[in-house]
Amino acid sequence: MLADIRLVAAKDLRIEWRSRVTLSQVLPFALLVLVLFGFALDANRAVLDAATSGLYWITVLFVGLMSVQRATAIETTDGARRALLLAGIEPAAVFLGKALAVMVQLLFVELVLVGGVIVLFDASVESLPLLVSTCVVATVGIAASGTLLGALVAGVRARETVLPILLLPVLAPVLIGATRAFDDALGTVAVDGWAWLGLLAGFGAINTVLGALAYGVLLEET
Amino acid sequence: MQEINHTGSRTTRLLGAAVILGLVVLFFLGWFVAPEDDEQQDAVRMIFVHVPSAIFTYVAFMTTAIGSAMWLLRRSVWWDTLAAAAAEVGVLFCGLTLFTGAIWGRPTWNTYWDWGDVRLVTTLILFLMMIGYLSVRSLGGPETATATRAAIVGVLAAGIMPIVNRSVEWWENNTLHQKSSLTDGNLEDMTLFTLVVGLVVWGLFFWWAVLHRFRIAWLERELRSTDLDRALEERRAEGEPEGEKV
Repeated sequence: MLADIRLVAAKDLRIEWRSRVTLSQVLPFALLVLVLFGFALDANRAVLDAATSGLYWITVLFVGLMSVQRATAIETTDGARRALLLAGIEPAAVFLGKALAVMVQLLFVELVLVGGVIVLFDASVESLPLLVSTCVVATVGIAASGTLLGALVAGVRARETVLPILLLPVLAPVLIGATRAFDDALGTVAVDGWAWLGLLAGFGAINTVLGALAYGVLLEET
Repeated sequence: MQEINHTGSRTTRLLGAAVILGLVVLFFLGWFVAPEDDEQQDAVRMIFVHVPSAIFTYVAFMTTAIGSAMWLLRRSVWWDTLAAAAAEVGVLFCGLTLFTGAIWGRPTWNTYWDWGDVRLVTTLILFLMMIGYLSVRSLGGPETATATRAAIVGVLAAGIMPIVNRSVEWWENNTLHQKSSLTDGNLEDMTLFTLVVGLVVWGLFFWWAVLHRFRIAWLERELRSTDLDRALEERRAEGEPEGEKV
């Protein structure tokens, strides 16, 4: 199982490395969104400072959407889904592998974005452990629910438009929780960020389990 | 073949008549019999629409969640159709709940929307999720694929809702929303009676709408399969083209 997960994740990341979509498209898009937020809020340092955590996580959600769409597109072209099904790998392992690949890419973008908000929005990191664990735990949830819903709309003509409607409401708790935890980690609002981490972990766990259970049904029936 | 041009039956007609009668009674009780509130004056009458809508919104979405699970476990077309019907009526009721809540909030809280309110925000997110559910239903493709997709969304929504509720609750704790009106015992007798009538009428209306929606969905499914059968039959009846006979 673990070997299969690694195999699928490595395959997705290798495709990613060779096509460089994250590096050449997703990452510039993420930075662009930060710049647009700067314009929208009139480059007002006080407002930007207060809103940094929220803007950061909105950007991550958008990037997450793009990564999931990309991960789904890899499987829909050239009948790769069918090949994956015939490869004899357990669907749960395929799911976990694909989610892992999305997670690695997202964490990379998140790392760059932290640098972005430090430079552009004047943010300062007060608690590095909290910041890092929030990123990791929240990203588990985003990658898991994204991979599941991505597979759900794979092979449907309107998938680019229907995925955001499905994914973004589901990710509402992540946005709330991760923003609050970041408020603490960046020292903007005095809240208990570690408590929010528990909620994010619960979200990640539920979505990982649901995804691992449902992925096989989706691969075979849709 | 029997011609069907409506989805009514004796039961649903009786149910429909009861709904109309009930609405008339509810209107009369709500406007003329139930007293106005000391603080809220006439605005309190919104309770007769708002609370029943909210309760049946949750009944609807629970039905969708159960129907979704039954499809995934047993591949029951009946449950899948029920889940779809309940979701559609539920979205309508949910919209009504949010709308009446907003226009009730304006005179009593002095605002249409309150971000600090757990139930408000949770209900709105649920509303958006169920719109997503409906859009999955309308994606097209093979029927079983659509049912499976929708069922997974239905189960996911039900699984996520406790976390959504939790997160909104922690997020802001200063709630304006009154505690459950039914259990705190502060309602006038006539108001409480009217509210109970409202619940019954809204309940009848809800199941009436779900029944009809269910039948339409069922007939659509039948139609798709008979269409194919009929086309095949017609094709066979045409027989071999004249010219090709040797």
